[in-house]
Amino acid sequence: MAQDSGTRTLISSAQLRRGRGRFLYWTLLTVVVVGFTLVFLGPLYWMVTGALKSGQEIAQTPPSLFPKDPQPQNYIDAWNNLDLAKLLFNTFYYAAGAVVFQLVLDTAAAYSLSKLRPVFGNVILALMLATLMIPAMVLIVPQYVTVIDLPILHINLLDSPFAIWLPLVANAFNIFLLKRFFDSIPEELMAAALVDGATPLRTLWSIILPMSRPILGVVSIFAVTAVWKDFLWPKLVMPAPETRTVSVGIYAFAGGTPMNVVIAASVIAAIPTVIIFLIFQRNIMSGLTTGSLKG
Amino acid sequence: MAITTVPGTTRKPGRPTPSYPGPQRTGLGRKVRDNLTGHAFLIGAVLCFLVFSWYPMIRGIVMSFQRTRRGETTWVGWDNYSRIIADPSFWPAWQNTLYFTVLALVLGYAAPFFVAILLNEFRHAKGYLRILVYLPVMLPPASALYLFKFYAYDPSEAGLFNAILKALHLPTSQWMQSPEMTMPAMVLASTWMNMGGAVLIYLASLQNIPGELYEAAELDGAGIWKRIRHVTIPQTRLILALLAMIQIVATMQLFIEPLILANGAGAEDSATSVAYLIYQHGFFQNDLNGAAALGVLMLVVLAGFSAAYLRLSAKQD
Repeated sequence: MAQDSGTRTLISSAQLRRGRGRFLYWTLLTVVVVGFTLVFLGPLYWMVTGALKSGQEIAQTPPSLFPKDPQPQNYIDAWNNLDLAKLLFNTFYYAAGAVVFQLVLDTAAAYSLSKLRPVFGNVILALMLATLMIPAMVLIVPQYVTVIDLPILHINLLDSPFAIWLPLVANAFNIFLLKRFFDSIPEELMAAALVDGATPLRTLWSIILPMSRPILGVVSIFAVTAVWKDFLWPKLVMPAPETRTVSVGIYAFAGGTPMNVVIAASVIAAIPTVIIFLIFQRNIMSGLTTGSLKG
Repeated sequence: MAITTVPGTTRKPGRPTPSYPGPQRTGLGRKVRDNLTGHAFLIGAVLCFLVFSWYPMIRGIVMSFQRTRRGETTWVGWDNYSRIIADPSFWPAWQNTLYFTVLALVLGYAAPFFVAILLNEFRHAKGYLRILVYLPVMLPPASALYLFKFYAYDPSEAGLFNAILKALHLPTSQWMQSPEMTMPAMVLASTWMNMGGAVLIYLASLQNIPGELYEAAELDGAGIWKRIRHVTIPQTRLILALLAMIQIVATMQLFIEPLILANGAGAEDSATSVAYLIYQHGFFQNDLNGAAALGVLMLVVLAGFSAAYLRLSAKQD
């Protein structure tokens, strides 16, 4: 029971170790572990095995728990017919770019707003935060019109990754998180750096950023998930089949593809992120915990 | 140039010295010049906000009073609004969206909080449970929704949910083919695939509650419910409020669930959402101006929500 280093929560550990509390605790724990496994892992199991079933087996009642005659061909068909390699590569490419753009531009902006006192800093911050109240759907039409003909430059960004990267930089939530974290870094550190003759860039690079690793991790995760989960925007600005993201690609093919193959494609599409999540889950969790999300 | 009195800052001649934490100066140009780095750092993000957020906001409002036909743009007053309101799907779309928002608040907002409280109490299997809850968030939304559409919500008895219902001797359902079940089914799928994020955020804020508060409450004789009510909720209020707002904004934009689960409109318009209607008008009926008008209406409704919400939370203080 030591894994929480004794931090006191709603119910004290002592109470859970004694008689009735102990019994209730273990009963509840078992129920929750079994229940959550069924609710969250069950559908995934159904998905992976379902994609192995033949069309007839899918339609049979009651449904079978294990595929009787596994058809790995469904997975091969999905990989080839949908060109999943290309779709996955696109999605990763957009996600990686989104992380770079957001880390560089949003961190710089949050640092400036938090420590460098730019002119109208508070007004700019307020205007940024106001966009949190504006749902993406409201902006989708004018944003689309803007992207196909950028003001002043008159460039069409359709099918260009910048159409995904640049709008994502305008992310007030990230700037808010980063600024809050930078605000918690004591002014004395800044003053000390100044005394030592460090430029603001140097201070950011050598003092602020090393201290901010957890929050930078959180921002990166949010950036990746945003690209991964977004659907309508990439569908609109990446219309060519060879620039599609994986979600849009599966949707585009779903109409004329057998159900098993669509599900097989969905499974393959889910594998990379699930693996990445399992590898980095410790960092993700600790990032969210330490990362200034304090209520 | 050097405006700070701290020695050592002028070591690099010719370089503009940052004004932090220097005295305030008047004159805008001078302020910008004195703090060149500060402003340079800000410019990238500000430009992105300007081009992709602030400008489209204004442009959306302007577009909603214009009509562009064959490359010619004219001012048409409220025409776009009356056309969009006359769409037979307009009122069902609002009804469905609000219904979804309310249902999602009941299920999707309260559930993660209590799941987080529960997980925070466990001394075992914590990591495993956290991974489980977050796993669906990692699926591409289209993947998760096809899973529900083809396997879970299959209206025949071969479907997963109907098989379970049948095994329990409960009446089976037509799911997405029955207008009454469409919304609850969409909320269920949506909550399953999205609640992980909220659970993690709540867990993070629960871990920051000082243990002494619970200790003190217990000494005062407060039971578990009282401790949740008087310690947990007040201590996480900021994050609760923030997530409530985020969730309302997110659920009002209901789009991919109707698109995939119900092929857009669903049985008897039971799945059409406002966002879907925007998409329909803007990108299928070649009516970008009408879509912009509907977007503005959505913004007005959400602004109303926010105002009511702010008043409520101000009253509580």
